[in-house]
Amino acid sequence: MAGSDPAADAVTAPDTVKILIAGGFGVGKTTMVGSVSEIVPLRTEEPLTIAGVGVDDLDGVEGKRATTVALDFGRITIGRDLVLYLFGTPGQQRFWFMWNDLAIGALGAVVLVDVRRPQSSFAAVDFFERRGIPFVVAVNGFFGRHPYPPEEIRDALALPRDVQVLLCDARERESCRDVLIALVDQLIARVHPLLGAPAQGRPGSCGGA
Amino acid sequence: MDQGDSAGRLVRPFTLTGGRTRPSRADFTLITTVTTVDPPPERAARPQPEQVRILRQCARPVAVAELAAHLDLPVSVVVIMLCDLLEAGRIIVHPPHPVRRDPCLDLDLLQKVRDGLGRL
Repeated sequence: MAGSDPAADAVTAPDTVKILIAGGFGVGKTTMVGSVSEIVPLRTEEPLTIAGVGVDDLDGVEGKRATTVALDFGRITIGRDLVLYLFGTPGQQRFWFMWNDLAIGALGAVVLVDVRRPQSSFAAVDFFERRGIPFVVAVNGFFGRHPYPPEEIRDALALPRDVQVLLCDARERESCRDVLIALVDQLIARVHPLLGAPAQGRPGSCGGA
Repeated sequence: MDQGDSAGRLVRPFTLTGGRTRPSRADFTLITTVTTVDPPPERAARPQPEQVRILRQCARPVAVAELAAHLDLPVSVVVIMLCDLLEAGRIIVHPPHPVRRDPCLDLDLLQKVRDGLGRL
């Protein structure tokens, strides 16, 4: 019999976890979120006057329109008691102060790299490396084409061996799912080296076709 | 009688918080889930229109980020209103699954996420 305790009567709230989808401006983060999310990616906008005091100089902004930082995110229900959220981090460097908050409590991150301009994701790689947050690198092909093998991308980004590089197509659900699975495998490998074997020795494992 | 502040969208976000820009407590993250207490506690004060919207949205557990997106309000504004509702006993808050890297992440949790992704 249900008691009078409101907590017991309420629909049990699921546990929630999050993974960040990071990378430079316009590399396809929201596309990736949308490809695997069970909901159309949602957007919240934060007025910069609050979030970015001292970061953005709003003087002289025409019409004094408040600048906002947009945050796109999606959801994957893992089970009745567990929901995974995917947050696309704001791409422009000046919004990076938000990344710190986003990174707290994240399982890990996917750094999305645009094959035509990998340098736009250097800073994202740097961010997660410095904070010891596990990540995989997913190379988003231009119209699904991949001119460079994963090893070349690895060298270009100077990635450590235990970070996987995957080729993907951010528009394809299966491809994005495989990237997320690779990240979780990498996390499992840290906890239990025998279970999450793929992280070691096969750095160039490939996601989408 | 027509109430002047029922204009909804025309209200500037931080008017809804009485000008406050910081939450009174820190337990709300983007993926904290919020559920409305039903029935409301006795002698509960009548909620403001925006609070009513929140209470309606949270009839089932909703994450703060989703709530903000549905309400079309900044997360920072929603969190301040949630603090008020929590203090008034109108909502229950469920924190995210704790992620501790030290000594290591929770293997059961990771396995569960792995299996869930595999079913996509």
